[in-house]
Amino acid sequence: MSNLAVLPILLPLLAGIFLAFIHKKTKLVRTLSKAFAIINLLVVGWIFMQVRDNGNIVLEMGSWDAPFGIVLVADLLAMTLVLTTNIIAVASVFFAPQSLSKKEESFYFYTFFFMLISGVSGAFLTGDLFNLFVFFEVLLMASYGLIVLGNGKAQLRESIKYVLINLFSSMLFVTTIAFLYSVVGTVNMAQAAQRVQEVDQQGILTTIAILFFFVFATKAAVFPLYYWLPRPYISPNPVVSALFGALLTKVGVYSILRTFTLIFNHEVELTHTLFIYLAALTMIFGVVGALSTNNIKLIVAYNIIPAVGFMLMGIGIFTEVSITGTIYYLVHDMVIKGALFILVGATAYVAGTSDLRKMGGLIHHYPVLGWLMFLASLVLAGIPPFSGFIGKLLLLRGGLGEEEIFIVIIALISSLLILFSMIRIFIRGYWGEKMDIPVPDREKKGKRMAIPAAGLLTVSILLGVGAEWFFPTIETIAQYIMDPELYIDSVLKE
Amino acid sequence: MEIIMAVLAGILFTMGVYNLLQKQLLRIIIGTGLISHGAHLFILTMGELKTGAPPVLTEGVENYTDPLPQALILTSIVISFGVTSLLLVLAYRAAKINGTDNMEQLRGNDYE
Repeated sequence: MSNLAVLPILLPLLAGIFLAFIHKKTKLVRTLSKAFAIINLLVVGWIFMQVRDNGNIVLEMGSWDAPFGIVLVADLLAMTLVLTTNIIAVASVFFAPQSLSKKEESFYFYTFFFMLISGVSGAFLTGDLFNLFVFFEVLLMASYGLIVLGNGKAQLRESIKYVLINLFSSMLFVTTIAFLYSVVGTVNMAQAAQRVQEVDQQGILTTIAILFFFVFATKAAVFPLYYWLPRPYISPNPVVSALFGALLTKVGVYSILRTFTLIFNHEVELTHTLFIYLAALTMIFGVVGALSTNNIKLIVAYNIIPAVGFMLMGIGIFTEVSITGTIYYLVHDMVIKGALFILVGATAYVAGTSDLRKMGGLIHHYPVLGWLMFLASLVLAGIPPFSGFIGKLLLLRGGLGEEEIFIVIIALISSLLILFSMIRIFIRGYWGEKMDIPVPDREKKGKRMAIPAAGLLTVSILLGVGAEWFFPTIETIAQYIMDPELYIDSVLKE
Repeated sequence: MEIIMAVLAGILFTMGVYNLLQKQLLRIIIGTGLISHGAHLFILTMGELKTGAPPVLTEGVENYTDPLPQALILTSIVISFGVTSLLLVLAYRAAKINGTDNMEQLRGNDYE
């Protein structure tokens, strides 16, 4: 039974390897990867149900007992995120044929794509810090492959920066693990959590905690480590941008959530208060970035940053309500960022430019795309009854409960500015006088691009309208997260 | 012994960061290589350095070298090999297509 925990990693990995052998038969590869993605989603959904009904599935790789070998821990938090990842994977795999040229597709796009999904799932599922580093590298390696796909001038220039910043933070990650190992003598998360409570010198542990935060914050794009994010995220193909925007920073946020609720909860006043301040600055600087530009892709890329701020705020406040908000927002943000990047990619494709000043009146030719864009902006900003609203409401309630008034005010203001920055795309790009269709031969493909985005938006709206239905599960996760003993017991079996 | 190794790792980090901040692409890559060497040396040091004892744990053996850092370091070395080779190819392509290997000219401020 416990072997189930490895399937979300293994299935995409095998699919990716298999597709590498037949990469030249584009049509076959397309059909097969759609089938693989859907099968994977169904399997993950089934495992999710199993975990929800029967509790954690813990797999000890190679039958080495828990603290000595590598463990995979499929708990409800990990499985929820893996499920969301696979929903985005299905949408992207349907978007890919429209967005990529045939040549790009045959250059192992689907292989890298499945490796990325495998790496992301692995990072969510692993219960071992060093293994987390390894899965980070797996997903980064795949992302390096995806980011250079297309071989453009700007693309290569930006990907060097992307690779370098990630390489540097990975090396720092290894060093930090070495520090932690020298203090607690283990890299198993559950055992580390246990031993952190027993160590006498809490000062050194706080230093290590901050180092870990530095590493994860670089991946998650928290202020002041967000500067690398926007340009590398917009230079590759739209489908790659959608995958990156939806998945990569969220792995960083997940790692912060996991390590700072499970392992480093010994000095909450210092570490978590720091998070609140950084969350406020992340929101402000992210939204200012989004307002500062007329490039629609860049607007959406900058909007990743305040969303990270919202999630970090929930972790910083550190109550059950705020953690519920963070998890809800995490799921919501993965889905909506996937949808937004697809929509913006489609808009730039049909308009033939990503500069807002050169657009206008697109709604006469592409009404579906236009209204989807409008809806997605509302969802992102958190207008009720959509999913962003529920997450933000919980976060704000958590903030008010702890009397962190200033962060609540900043969160509200930045939400308003997010709406303003997004609606600009709709007003200046879609509204206006009817003009000649910008690039006529792209009409058919452009209209087809709306389908995967519509699918993701439906999921997002369901998350908001059907909150009654999802909320109990998410609340259970938050209760589980706030009690680290549950995780430790399920791994170490004491 | 641990102190010497820690200082050595520190020196490697310093040189790595210095090279990372240069303008020439190749120097930057050498910098990342030096940093990863420093990190690997550091893992080894953190597991306590001992001589004359194999990393084998059987019953009755009390003096042994910690095997875990060696397993970790091996994984990490392989990964950094892979990334460095990828980075070299990427830098070669980028320098060729952009016509320069100077980071000052690769900033990318020329488009909105």
